Amino acid sequence: MIAPLKPDLITVNIDGKEIAVPKGTNAIEAARLVGVDVPYYCYHPKLSVVGNCRMCLIEIGMPAVDPATKTPIMDPATGKQKINWIPRPQIGCATNASPGLHIRTNTAQIKDCREGVMEFLLVNHPLDCPICDQAGECKLQEQSTGYGRGYSRYVEQKNFKPKRTQLGPRVMLDDERCILCSRCIRFCKEVVKDDVLGFIDRGSYSTLTCFPGKALENNYSLNTVDICPVGALTSTDFRFKMRVWFLKQTNSIDTESSVGANTVVWSREGVIYRITPRPNDGVNDTWMADTGRELFKAVRAPNRLTAVKLDGLDTSLEVALNSAGAILKAAGRTVALVGSGRSSVEEHSLARKLAETLGASTHMVSRIGEGDRMLISGDRNPNVRGALVVGLIKKLPTEKLTALGGAIDTGAVTVVVSLGEDLHAAGLTAAQLAKVKIIYLGTHADTTTKAAQVVVPTLTVFEKSGTLVNQQFRLQKFAKCVPGPAGATDDLAVLAKLVVTAGGTATLGDLPNVWASLATTVAGLAAISYATLPDTGLLLDSTPFASLPFCEGETFHYQPAATTATMKV
Amino acid sequence: MSAAISSSMNLKPATLLRIDEVITHYPVKRSATLPLLHLIQEDVGYISEEAITWVATKLELQPINVYEVVTFYPMFRQKPIGRRHIKVCRTLSCALLGGYKTCEAFEHAFNTHRGEISPDGEVTIEFVECLASCGTAPVVLIDDDLHENVDVAKAKKLSDQIKSEASQRR
Ligand code: SF4
Ligand code: FES
Ligand code: FES
Repeated sequence: MIAPLKPDLITVNIDGKEIAVPKGTNAIEAARLVGVDVPYYCYHPKLSVVGNCRMCLIEIGMPAVDPATKTPIMDPATGKQKINWIPRPQIGCATNASPGLHIRTNTAQIKDCREGVMEFLLVNHPLDCPICDQAGECKLQEQSTGYGRGYSRYVEQKNFKPKRTQLGPRVMLDDERCILCSRCIRFCKEVVKDDVLGFIDRGSYSTLTCFPGKALENNYSLNTVDICPVGALTSTDFRFKMRVWFLKQTNSIDTESSVGANTVVWSREGVIYRITPRPNDGVNDTWMADTGRELFKAVRAPNRLTAVKLDGLDTSLEVALNSAGAILKAAGRTVALVGSGRSSVEEHSLARKLAETLGASTHMVSRIGEGDRMLISGDRNPNVRGALVVGLIKKLPTEKLTALGGAIDTGAVTVVVSLGEDLHAAGLTAAQLAKVKIIYLGTHADTTTKAAQVVVPTLTVFEKSGTLVNQQFRLQKFAKCVPGPAGATDDLAVLAKLVVTAGGTATLGDLPNVWASLATTVAGLAAISYATLPDTGLLLDSTPFASLPFCEGETFHYQPAATTATMKV
Repeated sequence: MSAAISSSMNLKPATLLRIDEVITHYPVKRSATLPLLHLIQEDVGYISEEAITWVATKLELQPINVYEVVTFYPMFRQKPIGRRHIKVCRTLSCALLGGYKTCEAFEHAFNTHRGEISPDGEVTIEFVECLASCGTAPVVLIDDDLHENVDVAKAKKLSDQIKSEASQRR
């Protein structure tokens, strides 16, 4: 059976506005489409519906028909079909659009309901917004303002609950703030399949907790902090560090694997404070792994490179690049270029240009780990496919640079340009490193930077803009969140200058120019530019690479080619 | 593994048989949570963390799922109690007719406080909600036996009875 191209569209009426939505659309989502806000706490588009907060109450009605004849009953006053309103309010989150459904959210009854629900939610709430991390992004705060009565009638003693429960290594719980929406419980159970959280006791004593001896320690635990509508769950890392309204949000990509989860990086005055997931229904839904949220710590790592070095001594970028040019020119055709699966598409393309100018062989190091079947794939390089697309490499990267090692031994390679790869870790021996001249462009000190003749500090993914191609061949962009440290230069600028000093044609090392040239030289990238690339990315044609044995297994929104093939049979 | 846990919990063979049989009554195993907890409490007297884990394994659940049930119902005990369980009603009719005094009389007789095991290990007294015998208030439930119109004097008599039975046993 071939599924219909268009979902079944039906018309619903929300506060008098008609809209066509696919049949079954959640009432909250349908209302969103016509600009009507239905407040909610427990509902989450990616989790099961439980309907336990009651904040989303709406009035619903259906067009009246005569029970016997099934003919529409008309309202003589309006000349339209009469609407039978259900006298009691219903929860919006559990209402699905059906033909002719009428919804009212602006009646006195609904106002009253919302005020009542808000009042009950605040009965035992500690009202400690001034010291609460969630302030500024708290649904309880927002909806108290929007839909609450504005003053409290509660004079009784509030009950006390644990204020500081360490649920797991990264998540702290303040039980007094919990509004018992159960989103965190459902996330763990339904998405991560790690059913560790639950409510114990009853009524206003209900307390979120783990079973004694168990902990919320899976690698997705911080998503509970994101979806907690209040300040009950907080990140032990971000807690008390910064008010969210001071933070600047920049769209970025999680570089920990080829999944390329979409992220938002939150920074202030050049300092990054946290990373959270950015919704992309084609890639990571609304989630990301905990490990990816810590990557920004590399920005200020003690081994960060900040000084340009020539033979171990500080120098200027100018001098270093000229010396590098001299080394490359003198080497003739005995240069090897080790690209990195962590570089951006644009960097890959300039690296290819450099390699072509020099007649250099190109290499790349793979990073294979175990995929978690969720949002971390087996390929821990975020952009191997980008290197394939722009033609920097023709085959998949290898774990060790054995071929390069052999070429060094025979003297076929005398100079190695490394774009941030530790050659020693990639299998070259100290003797091999000593035998060649090394030009290193990278962000952090390692064994190779110690052995290198020229070291040029460059930028991390947080300090520059560019694109990456994830496992689905989805081209996704990341933007500069914070300025790079003094002493570090943008990779593209350095590569462009290297191309010139190595004797190639001048190119401008900036995104618009690189994209202008990519669009004309790479068939798959015609008509694309960084500026116009959508935030959710763009799927590229993967067929030219279909025969490559990519290592990724199944993850969210990704089926390895082999499995899809067998499934078709 | 579950067998090892049950042996350290010391469930009687009859209880184990009953548990396996009860599970077959339900279309999904999870539904057997309550009956299993009742059987274990009847046998061992309370529901330990170990018992919760055991039930979870038995019913293919996570321990937190069973823990939620155990804490939801106040009649499930997570600590051992005395040899006899004295429940004194504290709800309206009984309270009006002296239930508080009755409870205090039991506490005094066994030198203990509600919710604790008496020093001699004989009783645990609890002050509970309506026992559904409001017409004969104040009422007291000792294990499975209902005692009606329990004023202070009758509370003393019942306490003495328990104590004498205890000394006969020794
Ligand atoms: S901790 Fe937050 S997400 Fe979890 S139940 Fe409470 S309010 Fe909801
Ligand atoms: S969002 Fe509908 S009941 Fe909570
Ligand atoms: S009030 Fe005590 S039995 Fe009902």
